[in-house]
Amino acid sequence: MNPLLETTQLARHFPVRLPGGLFGRPGLLRAVDGVSFRLPAGKTLGLVGESGCGKSTTARLVLGLMSPTSGEIRFEGEPVTARRGPAWRALRRRMQMVYQDPMGALDRRLKVVAQVAEPLLVFGQGSAPERLERARDLMASVGLTPHLFERYPHELSGGQRQRVVLARALILQPSLLVCDEPISALDVSIQAQVINLLHDVQARFGVAFLFISHDLKVVRQVSDEVAVMYLGRIVEQGGPEDLFHRPAHPYTRALVSAIPSPWRRDGIRRIVLEGDPPNPMKVPGGCAFHPRCASALPLCRERRPELAEIGGGRRVACHLLAPLSDSASPGALAC
Amino acid sequence: MMPRLLDAAHSSTERPERRERAVPPSGALASRAASLLTAPPALVSIHGLRVAFDDGRRLMPVLHGIDLQIDRGETVGIVGESGCGKSVTWLAVLGLLGPRARVEGSVLLDGQPIHGLNGDALAPIRGRRIAMIFQDPVSSLNPVQRIGRQLAESVSLHRGFDARAARAEATRLLDRVHIPSAANRLDAYPHELSGGMNQRVMIAMALAGEPDMLVADEPTTALDATIQAQILDLLGEIRRDSGMALALISHDLGVIADICDRVTVMYAGRMVEQAPARQLFERPRHPYTRGLLAAMPDHIGPRRRLVAIPGSVPEPGRLPRGCSFAPRCQTAYAACSEAAPAARSVGPNHLVACLRALDA
Repeated sequence: MNPLLETTQLARHFPVRLPGGLFGRPGLLRAVDGVSFRLPAGKTLGLVGESGCGKSTTARLVLGLMSPTSGEIRFEGEPVTARRGPAWRALRRRMQMVYQDPMGALDRRLKVVAQVAEPLLVFGQGSAPERLERARDLMASVGLTPHLFERYPHELSGGQRQRVVLARALILQPSLLVCDEPISALDVSIQAQVINLLHDVQARFGVAFLFISHDLKVVRQVSDEVAVMYLGRIVEQGGPEDLFHRPAHPYTRALVSAIPSPWRRDGIRRIVLEGDPPNPMKVPGGCAFHPRCASALPLCRERRPELAEIGGGRRVACHLLAPLSDSASPGALAC
Repeated sequence: MMPRLLDAAHSSTERPERRERAVPPSGALASRAASLLTAPPALVSIHGLRVAFDDGRRLMPVLHGIDLQIDRGETVGIVGESGCGKSVTWLAVLGLLGPRARVEGSVLLDGQPIHGLNGDALAPIRGRRIAMIFQDPVSSLNPVQRIGRQLAESVSLHRGFDARAARAEATRLLDRVHIPSAANRLDAYPHELSGGMNQRVMIAMALAGEPDMLVADEPTTALDATIQAQILDLLGEIRRDSGMALALISHDLGVIADICDRVTVMYAGRMVEQAPARQLFERPRHPYTRGLLAAMPDHIGPRRRLVAIPGSVPEPGRLPRGCSFAPRCQTAYAACSEAAPAARSVGPNHLVACLRALDA
């Protein structure tokens, strides 16, 4: 069966000016550098990584908001294009997005029910009363009470605004929702409400999520599959339980060990990575993680590891774990 | 004049003997202070701290009486959601709230009252006795000055060093916060450093006055997970080495659990629970604390559906009668809406402001 969304060797490079000379010298920012994944219908793929790893650029590419430098995206079997036209507009109906800041995504001079109904107007669906009827139904199903429908965005709380954004994204019955840090701006007690709501929405409408976050705990909570990105590439991919309990890639292991938790058992040492966060304008040669990796081999400086299956549906891009590598057994690292 | 006295002590080039730099308290305050001085005083003790903001039409209360004591060398976590008053508490202690704020209550530093002091009188306390760092290091640093100059300025201001000595001390401080090749980094501008490095510079600057206490307001919230781990390690290390007390303000219970001895949970301008860290996470007693813990996703253990706290935090000025958490509380009963519950002891060092806490 074909996946709902499939990317193949997706790359997006930006020309930039680096310091040096009077006007700087030209450089290349490799925001996304060869990302391949498949997302089946009705499932959630979590993209996780630190700032600058390319997760948001991946989202924009998937949505057709910018064109890739190379590689291909297929959505419902059709190639995704960034060229605006009838095909692009049809695509927009089937995929929607939810961003971090709901206030920035809403029109502050329009009542929220009108904003939820607006996509129907844009696509010429139904009469005005029908559109309002559908907007009200959907707002109720994302947990908004009727007395909030006629309010303006500033009269709602952060969690309520994010529900409005979600209702508006769902009204065209999309098959894919791209969520870029959808709960990062919300308070702890509200985050749980929205996470649970995302689960319910998925169960009810069968929509797939591409869920992007820097918060590993949240990604584990919502995802069916998790991909960890580092400097524009996926370094590890697998099921959330497996990946968080037995991280294989040295970067994932550091990332998972860095999650602060009130329930951390004593005796689990936190792996503190040396050095600065990675700079996508100066991607190291070979494995991009090797300067911060405690177990780097000479090979890691020279050759870039490709994402390879290590068993159990887990894919890892690491020379230490490559099936053909004789330098270390996978068991040695997968503690 | 008290302020002038303090200024004189502050501008002296010799290192003043800090413990003996007593502020002579005046009249009523002195008797209050004396009564509290019978036991060895806590480093900082806050009593009945109330803050209201004047928006021109009315007073908007945001803190409703905070009581908190912090001993020397202790690390206290202050946790709560946005608007609960966790930052305002410390901004009020340091007199940083500006003219629109009405602050009541008492704040004692080593048993000496520091509330009611004006800006000039607080200057030798800020940075020298209690330092504070914030979430976004870049907005706290001057973008057009090299970090060495900014650090040296703090050093000479607090400790009266001359330019050469201040620069040497600045290098030592950068080295102390593990910035590689510290001497070269003195000439860097903030924009040339990463967020994590800038937060290290801020910590170095906070250490410049060799304070007795550091207030860290969401110091790792803007940082990536692996950098957050580095900064938490650094704060823990500095605290162990220097014996400095630390008040860590965060919305993230995980971060609090990482380095704190004791935790205070705040909700809508009040403290709702206070306990030793392990006790709080293993046996939370206030329904809000329990709710927060149940609402947190985690990476340890099996995946479960989160138990969200219904509703949302009340806005200041629109607080419900009685316990502010009652409308969201599953265990609330009629008495909860009558009066705000006082904090009661439910175990060693464990305080809970909940009528239901004794039932549980």
